[in-house]
Amino acid sequence: MHLLKLQSVSRDFDVSRPWLNRVIEHEPRRILRAVDRVSFEILKGETLALVGESGCGKSTVARLIAGLYAPTEGRIEFRGRRLQMIFQDPYASLNPRWRVHKIIAEPMMFLNGGKPVADLLVQVGLSPDDADRYPHEFSGGQRQRISIARALAGEPELLICDEPTSALDVSVQAQILNLMAELQERLGLTYLFISHNLAVVSLVADRVGVMYLGRIVEMANASDLFARPRHPYTRMLLDAVPDLDMSGKSRTPVAGEVPNPLAPPAGCAFHPRCPHANARCQAEVPRFLDGVACHAVEEGRI
Amino acid sequence: MILEVQGLTVQFPTRRGTLTAVDSISFSIAPGEVLGVVGESGAGKSITGLAIIGLLEPPGRIAAGEVRLEGRRIDHLRHEEMRKIRGRRIGVIFQDPLTSLNPLYTIGQQLEETILTHLPMGRNAARERALSLLREVGIPAPEARYGSYPHHFSGGMRQRVVIALALAAEPRLLIADEPTTALDVSIQAQIIALLKRLAGERGAAVMLITHDMGVIAETAQRVAVMYAGRIVEIGPVRDVIHSPRHPYTVGLMGSIPKIGTREKRLVQIDGAMPRLNAIPPGCAFNPRCPRRFARCLAERPELLSAGSSRAACWLHAST
Amino acid sequence: MILRDFWEHDLAWSFRRSPVTIVAAALTLICVGAAFLSPWISPQDPFDAAALDLNAAFKPPAWVEGGESAFLLGTDNQGRDILSTIMHGARISLGVGLASVVFALVLGLSLGLLSGYLGGRVDAVIMRVADVQLSFPAILIALLIDGVARVALPSERHDDIAIPVLVLAIGLAGWVHYARTVRGSTMVEKEKEYVQAARVIGRRPLAIMLSHVLPNVMGPVLVIGTIHIATAIITEATLSFLGVGVPATRPSLGTLIRVGNEFLYSGEWWITVFPGVALVILVLSVNLLGDWLRDALNPKLR
Repeated sequence: MHLLKLQSVSRDFDVSRPWLNRVIEHEPRRILRAVDRVSFEILKGETLALVGESGCGKSTVARLIAGLYAPTEGRIEFRGRRLQMIFQDPYASLNPRWRVHKIIAEPMMFLNGGKPVADLLVQVGLSPDDADRYPHEFSGGQRQRISIARALAGEPELLICDEPTSALDVSVQAQILNLMAELQERLGLTYLFISHNLAVVSLVADRVGVMYLGRIVEMANASDLFARPRHPYTRMLLDAVPDLDMSGKSRTPVAGEVPNPLAPPAGCAFHPRCPHANARCQAEVPRFLDGVACHAVEEGRI
Repeated sequence: MILEVQGLTVQFPTRRGTLTAVDSISFSIAPGEVLGVVGESGAGKSITGLAIIGLLEPPGRIAAGEVRLEGRRIDHLRHEEMRKIRGRRIGVIFQDPLTSLNPLYTIGQQLEETILTHLPMGRNAARERALSLLREVGIPAPEARYGSYPHHFSGGMRQRVVIALALAAEPRLLIADEPTTALDVSIQAQIIALLKRLAGERGAAVMLITHDMGVIAETAQRVAVMYAGRIVEIGPVRDVIHSPRHPYTVGLMGSIPKIGTREKRLVQIDGAMPRLNAIPPGCAFNPRCPRRFARCLAERPELLSAGSSRAACWLHAST
Repeated sequence: MILRDFWEHDLAWSFRRSPVTIVAAALTLICVGAAFLSPWISPQDPFDAAALDLNAAFKPPAWVEGGESAFLLGTDNQGRDILSTIMHGARISLGVGLASVVFALVLGLSLGLLSGYLGGRVDAVIMRVADVQLSFPAILIALLIDGVARVALPSERHDDIAIPVLVLAIGLAGWVHYARTVRGSTMVEKEKEYVQAARVIGRRPLAIMLSHVLPNVMGPVLVIGTIHIATAIITEATLSFLGVGVPATRPSLGTLIRVGNEFLYSGEWWITVFPGVALVILVLSVNLLGDWLRDALNPKLR
């Protein structure tokens, strides 16, 4: 049974120049389609990851689900009672003027009761004495722990994690990822995990959605996606990840750059960089079938 | 050897005492070689780079040691002399291409300025050279883009321009400080490959500073692992990554998630790197080390031979 | 709620650390104390016409030849004790200065917060009003308000309303500076992740503005406020000179300086110099105290 369901959700941003400039320079309105008809479900207890490079819309999807933006089109259905979010920047996600106990206790305003702050601190690996301190007295990793404690205070069923470890050192990242896995097991949480780091995603996710220019191009079980990537962009992304094993296996060189999202290519957004693109790819947007949005896959060409 | 660093120590005098950001490190880089310098935040790798090129912010200063560029000492040079060497014999690539390029000048102007400052040639020759550099770093249609401003380029393209600028005067040493961290992973791969190829072709020595072991694996021949201002392990990349000899490197490699492993929990090193004003006596890593013993708390280990690498760890003492 | 957080023992500790601040605070306390207690502790009531003795006019300060110890700082052209007039004048100057600054601060802070946080039309309207108002000098605004007040009220009430009108006028002239500063800071803070976290938690916009954003944008406002006190006192003196300020029967420090000026070149320097010195000491102490307050309230500098 799904805990969260998105149906054809889109989000536009009006990035037009001010009215006066537009009139003088005869410019049309400029609309940025950050999320384009995205649909997926998250099942209770699983970790769904959304992965992609900058500008693909994954963070916007997170914010749509969290209610920070309203969808321009489509529906978001949340079957749980509460959701919470943790953010990327450990330095900006805690109010520098609030003490830790106040930060963590804030979500409990909307509950009847709630756990003692000291318990929450211990749960995330900090000490109850830390409750009286200010955020600037803690390191990046510790601040993320405080953010996690705050999220847990709200007793959520769904936790949206927007690049929670991208700003942390690798050894600190390991601590936080281990903590999050442990908490998920103990508290039965469901995670939506946003990241640009494929290796991290391969560790934490049950299912993975790959996004490119606002659309989901592939969605599969993590093991399937990493072993047998189908969409050309997924393959390219995996090839681009540096090979720590130094196996020396040959990889397709990566071509081009992400196009300007204000002027996305017609048809399949990836076609200018795709080695398998044909005329149909340039004209027609591929439909999302059987976990992949690609004409070449549909036609059996790859 | 193009670069030789011997016993380099960088200190910051503060009101509450002297902080040692880099504590007696030594390494060298041969022509055509890429040495990776890897470490987490606060390990001192960026400060090492800044010390070598003479851009330490006062009150930071080189308190001890020597830096030699092609045999000649450069650590004690005055500002003016250092300025001539920077750019001409040492090229630098910083992390953020947005701030490395002057937004008010076209890339053509910036390239020409660097070329004319360091090489004896006329304006036309400089322009030709600038165009050929742009072609080399993979900017399509360089003549058309010569007059464009940095903000007209994407992040990856800007970093290519920065590389062109760094190479403009044919430096013997290239220092790259997190050159790909701000870029998407697909662009990162392109830039790494470019850097490696260009340095190799020119026989330049490259010091690649990064926190990303993956980038090191792709690019470097040797790697130095830094922790709390010290080098804890140095050796061929393959050996350090696959058979690390220092417990910190072991922990570090274990904490890196890899695609395809079945393990669902990462190796975790408890605690955190000590702050500069709280570095423990003896081995700086000892409070977090699962294999420490008495000697570790008392004496700071030198880099000892361990297989084909060297590790600063008493586990490798020959007695 | 906010005040409780600010007012802990850390404040007292940082206060004791800085000798400059202690001196500044002591001086301010003396000035303010003397000023507000003046009706009870001044050597003479300078506004009681019956108690004045014209023979005591133009007496120099006590330590100069010809002075008397009863008139420590000398007397003016009507025999009024300078020390007493300074104390009473300071009382009025301070009162008007503080009141108008508090008014401007509260108004500017509120409008700035609303403008920065809500954006859109609210922001546009408030900023346009601010722009329009900035094109009128404070004096004109005061004259306008005063003119309206005089027409609206019978003439016996004029003296009673002089001070509230003055406070209103100077306050209305000054709110824009606060609003602009707060608006800028609010717009920056609004984008930070701790504000977004509060939104995800479910806090209402007003609660977020007051409990999250306000503490983080207050700092510069307090510094502006302390500087503004000096400006307000000077503005009040100017207005009094034009006849729309404090009535001459109860002069403020500014008025005393201005009036005493006429006697400077005939040798009775004390009539203008002492009020001037008093003003300088007062304003300097207040500014230094404001500097300390801003630094003490910043948790990061502790």
